[in-house]
Amino acid sequence: MPEAVVEIKGLTKDFKTLRAVDDVSFCIYPGEILGLLGPNGAGKTTIIHMILGLTTPTSGEIRMFGCDLKKTRQACVQNANFSSTYVSMPNSLTVKECLKVFARLYKVKNRNKRITEVLNIFEIEDIQNHMVRTLSSGQQTRLNLAKSLINSPKILLLDEPTASLDPDIADKTRTMLRSITRERNISILYTSHNMKEMEEISDRLIFLHHGKIIAQGKPKEVIKNYRGKNLEEVFLKVAREGHP
Amino acid sequence: MKPHRLGALFMRHLYLYRRSVPRLVEMFYWPLLDLLVWGFITVYLSQFRQTLPGFVTFFIGALILWDILFRSHQGISVSFLEDIWSKNLLNLFASPLSAMEYISALMLVGLFKLVITATVMTLLAWVFYSFNIFLLGFSLIPFALNLIIMGWTIGIITTAIILRFGQEAEVLAWALGFLFMPISAVFYPVSVLPSFLQTLAKAIPASYVFEGMRGILNSGTFSSAQLLRAFGLNALYISLAFLFFRWNFKVVKKKGLLVRIGE
Repeated sequence: MPEAVVEIKGLTKDFKTLRAVDDVSFCIYPGEILGLLGPNGAGKTTIIHMILGLTTPTSGEIRMFGCDLKKTRQACVQNANFSSTYVSMPNSLTVKECLKVFARLYKVKNRNKRITEVLNIFEIEDIQNHMVRTLSSGQQTRLNLAKSLINSPKILLLDEPTASLDPDIADKTRTMLRSITRERNISILYTSHNMKEMEEISDRLIFLHHGKIIAQGKPKEVIKNYRGKNLEEVFLKVAREGHP
Repeated sequence: MKPHRLGALFMRHLYLYRRSVPRLVEMFYWPLLDLLVWGFITVYLSQFRQTLPGFVTFFIGALILWDILFRSHQGISVSFLEDIWSKNLLNLFASPLSAMEYISALMLVGLFKLVITATVMTLLAWVFYSFNIFLLGFSLIPFALNLIIMGWTIGIITTAIILRFGQEAEVLAWALGFLFMPISAVFYPVSVLPSFLQTLAKAIPASYVFEGMRGILNSGTFSSAQLLRAFGLNALYISLAFLFFRWNFKVVKKKGLLVRIGE
């Protein structure tokens, strides 16, 4: 087994009396796309926020690239990035200006070249001088994804990244994410409520319910083990019955 | 503290102001309005020079100096709100940017904005009312520096409170600075305040600056010991403000409030 890019042990998060994440342990390996699945409030986004150091865990350990996140957060997240449908870019800036700001923030070398590259990857070079507020939600999502690749990260944390994309662009985005994991050995932690998408894109899945891991494995294994026709059926069982 | 990260945030706000006409107007609208109102009051009162003390003519100077403090405060708190309004805060804090770097960058943004506003106000005061703020001489530098630091302190505290209590507290971005105005002796000497407020005023660095300004314009002298006291108080308060922000940032991350305000 290669060394894990992210290693999580006994991660727990309490918000007052609510246990949002309950003793979760898992690893993400180089070049792997790990899907986090679960109904609303299962703890998926909280886990992503804890990995980024945006929320402090109640207990447990997060190691990124072998280092303790608590002690070396700045060095760790230098090689990470994230995109979420619920987080935007400054809407009074142009697409290119946003990318310039984040390229500088991450101290990207050859900034202009890298900006051109990520604009091309997401096919948004034609709108690079458009203000963010004038973009469609699909274009904004692609800008968020372009930002998430600006520093050539080793680990990408994507929280429902295709939620506002039309099927065509969503499919292109998945294909692109697949190809960058293969070509550049990037690891991805991915959440989505689109079960077909999760089945298609994930190398491995983790099913969360009430903050606990209740199932994990390769998508086909999970479906087979829990006697579902597809992932959606397994998901519905989890959401309604609390177990697969 | 990495300069490239401070530079990135500074650039982000520069882009914002470069093409946003409403934001540029806001930078000059209130100062200009204040200058017109107080300027004409001063012109009117100066007709009664025989019965009024000389310091009424110092209103314009007081106004320019107060605006330095207020803009310094707003430079931090309103810039922070810009990141909340654009739902960009999580993108920033998901990067290697630290809380202290973020605040330091906003301090620079505030400084940049106030230099522009104060320059315009100084020019207009000179053109409209022949008031020359540089009559204060070299003392203008420590005066302005004290007001900038006090404005930063209020801005840091405001930002920490908004982080903790969410956008409900955003009114503080404009209001908190004014809370200090009555006891800062901006337009009147500390001696006119009731004794308990005089005690409070002595704990406010800005009160020494405004007393000093009146001293210079009245008699050409001011107490450098008092100015040092203002620097001492400012050093203490801004250190405490940084500690408060740092502690509060930890609490906010622990309670999961950072992601709530950032989304």
